[in-house]
Order: sequence, then C-alpha cells, then structure tokens
Amino acid sequence: MIYADNAATTKMSEAAARTMTSVMNDVWGNPSSLYSHGQKAKETLEKAREEIAAVIGALPREIYFMSGGSEADNQAIRSAAELGRKNGKKHVVSTAFEHHAVLHTLERLEKEGFEVTLVDVHENGIVIPSEVEAAIRDDTCLVTVMYANNEIGTVQPIREIGEICRRKNVLFHTDAVQAVGHIPVNVADDGVDMLSASAHKFHGPKGVGFLYVRRGVRLLNLIEGGAQERGKRAGTENVAGVAAMAEALKESSSKMADNAARLTAVRDRLIEGLGKIPHSALNGDPSRRLPGNVNFCFEGIEGESLLLLLDDRGICASSGSACTSGALDPSHVLLAIGRVHDVAHGSLRLSIGEDLTDADADYIVRSVGEVVEYLRGFSPIWRDLTSGKREFIL
Amino acid sequence: MALYSEKVMDHFRNPRNVGVIEDADGVGEVGNAKCGDIMKMYLKIEDGIVKDVKFETFGCGSAIASSSMATELIKGQPLSEVKKLTNKAVAEALDGLPDYKMHCSVLAEEAIQSALEDYERKTGKKIL
Repeated sequence: MIYADNAATTKMSEAAARTMTSVMNDVWGNPSSLYSHGQKAKETLEKAREEIAAVIGALPREIYFMSGGSEADNQAIRSAAELGRKNGKKHVVSTAFEHHAVLHTLERLEKEGFEVTLVDVHENGIVIPSEVEAAIRDDTCLVTVMYANNEIGTVQPIREIGEICRRKNVLFHTDAVQAVGHIPVNVADDGVDMLSASAHKFHGPKGVGFLYVRRGVRLLNLIEGGAQERGKRAGTENVAGVAAMAEALKESSSKMADNAARLTAVRDRLIEGLGKIPHSALNGDPSRRLPGNVNFCFEGIEGESLLLLLDDRGICASSGSACTSGALDPSHVLLAIGRVHDVAHGSLRLSIGEDLTDADADYIVRSVGEVVEYLRGFSPIWRDLTSGKREFIL
Repeated sequence: MALYSEKVMDHFRNPRNVGVIEDADGVGEVGNAKCGDIMKMYLKIEDGIVKDVKFETFGCGSAIASSSMATELIKGQPLSEVKKLTNKAVAEALDGLPDYKMHCSVLAEEAIQSALEDYERKTGKKIL
C-alpha cells in the first residue's frame, strides 16, 4: 500500500506508540489524585507540556491539552468572541478556505449577531497581509487565519499577519493543524496569540491535541467541570495520548529539516510528473506550500471514481469532489481559489510522508495518468471538450 | 465495511455497455458538470425492443455503476418494459446504494427515460 493521505491522518510513530502503551500500562492513575500513583500521572502530563512548549517556543503554562484541532479551534474562537462581545466588539476577520472547524464556528457566531469578513485567498491560495490589515475594524475582536491549508497545502504569511494584529491590538489565532511538526512553527517569532494543533497529523495518536494561548490572553472554557488544565478544560486528562503526542512532536521536529528537504524533492517530482497529464493544473502556489502536499485538478473526470481506481492500485489519496463527502458542492477550498465547479470535482490531493520513495512517486504518476485517461475515455464531458462542443478550462 | 456493495464495485470496475452508438435511435443526456454527474445513454431500437444500448458517464463510482446496471436491465427488453424502469430497480439490482448516492440511480432512470423521449420525438411513435 502506498499511503499518500497524511493530511487526513498519519501512522503513529513507533516511539509514540511505545510511549502510549507504557503510560497506559504503568501510569494509569488520575493526575488529580494526591497519592503518588496519581502524582506520577501528573508528572507525565507536565513533562509532556514542557516538551511541547519547548518545540513551539511557548511556556508550559501556555499549553492547554484537549481532544484535537477542532476543539482547539472552537474554544479559541468562541472565547475570543465572548470576550469581544463584552467590549462591544463583534467582528471577526478570517479567510474563505479555513477548515470547517473554524468556518462553522464563525457561521454560528454570525447567527448570534457577529459580523465576519473573509479575506481573499487569491488564485495561488495565499492571503495578502495588507488585505487582512484593511479588513480589521475598530470592532474587530479576532483575526483567525490558518497556518497552512489542509487541502492545497499553501503556507500563509503568519508572521506578517501577526505583526499587523499586534500593531492593531487585535487577537490573532491560527489553526496550525497541518503545519505543526512539518514546518518550523514558533509562537514567539510568529506573533500569534492562540494556536491549534492536533497530534494525529504529526504521527501522534488521534483524539488529542492542544491549544496554545499566550500568557495574558484570557481563555474561556467550552467544557465545564473539574479544574483540569487550569480550569480551562474540564475532564480527566488523556495522559497516555498527551505523552505520545509529546513524543511524536519531539521526533517530528528533530527530523523536520531532513524530512522537509526529502519530501520537497519527491513532491516536486510528483508535481512535474502529474503536470504532464494533458488538461491538468496544480492547485495552490507551486513553492509556498507544505513539503508533502500535491493537489491537482484534471478536467473531464470526477474525483471519487479516480480515488476508487487508485485504491485498486494500492494508492490511498483524497479528493475535493462533492461525491467524496456526500455534499453537492465540491471543496470550498478549490472554489475559494477560483476553480469552477466543473473542474473542482476532478481534484486529487496527495499528502505524502517521509517513507514515500521516488519509485513510489513514479508509480503514482503513472497510475494517475492511466486512470485519468481511462475515465476520460467514457466521459461525455471529455467527448464534448475534445470535439470542440465545450471549451477547455484547464 | 466497504463504501459500496460488491456488485457496485464490479459494475464500476468493469462497466458494461460503455461507449457510443453513432446511429442511435434515441439519445438522452442528464445531469450537469456543476453537480459532478453527467450521464448519456444511446439506444438502438428494433421491432420495439432495445437491440443495443451504450452509455458514457462523468461521475462518481456509483454513477458509473448505476449507468452500467441500467443498461444491463434494459438490453433486449421491449420498450413498454423499459419505460417502467425505476431508479429503485437499478439500486436494488446493485444490492443497494448508500443513501446519499441514491440520486445516481435517479440519474440513470432519467437518462433512459430521456433517451426514450428522444426516440418518440424522432419517430413520432408513442411508447405505450
């Protein structure tokens, strides 16, 4: 099997899996208990907090453990909005291609009377900082812009946006789920106030993640209950998951430079190869993207059938086609960068991992080429395109 | 659990009656590229019977499988029977489709009905 869907989830690293089992077996006490068995769990938790904080340039007390990226996004945004509402600030700036954990939370806020401005992400899938600045108003309580896009992998100018937010005295949150563990992320350098991350995107376990909140920034909780996580996130801590997350993050960050160089080379090999398929186009900026992300549109075919036939050839990938999600519209990300529906249905995302070889990449390129050609062979759209009845878009 | 039944996967992987009939007696095209599904059916009719049928489909796995199964169901059948073909019959013959994919079987029904209407229009014959 060739796994090229690491943006969906990653395989747990052996070290992380070992850590998780050993904590589950040996350190299963409740961190809130006062006896030593419980305190051992507390120590495990706090060690993980220190390690994670060190990787992203934060203080341990600025890290709040939770169930994953979606919860972190929800809490960061709802908290900032609640605090804004109290000060009469009911405006949020974001982008149209955020993850649904952000977009749906913003939609909820709109129903509650907030106004949301979504800045353009342009054809290359990259936000222009001056446009974020122009969107900020006197009543803006939050700017939330993702670090790297989950579908097209484009990396946003977070540092520049952070600078603007600091100057304008507006809270800045970033959904860094796709970035942490893959590209250098440093909350101090980047000037972010809040940052969401999820363990299973960097070879940690599912169901665990963290929210970074800069010291001095107030955080309201979503989940009421006990005093865990300094009263900001109730519920007995996922000690084993958190320990495994810290292990995975340390490993990912220590290998980051080597991995990124290798991945970028394989990524560019895929982009070059797939780009030779007639009437295809790369989605998102060719270089300002995650080292492992490749996203293409192929005219005249539909993404789900492409994925099923690639699965038959042992390749795991994903698509922004409507049919893969049960929705009527194709990916909101592809529409946001200006791809029309007809073409957005025929998209393919490959998010490769460190283990993918050049030979695997060549096999993927060959397989995609063959499957696209096969599907076009009985596509009425392709017939219309090639006979001139319909004009090519790509 | 797999996304689709084995029958859907079989018809998706090895679609029957793929292609074009140049001198078709009835042609029907439904769906649009915006929604991500287009089906085109070609019918060759002799003595009130579907002598041959071919299809072309742009769409997901279940759209391709539904087209393929629909052509199998109507091939060699009298037009009066073909006219009664429902999307339910197509979905059942495929051992079911996921709920959110039922519209694929509807498209298959509509593509065939549209081809029959084209035949009626061209020949002036009404299928009873």
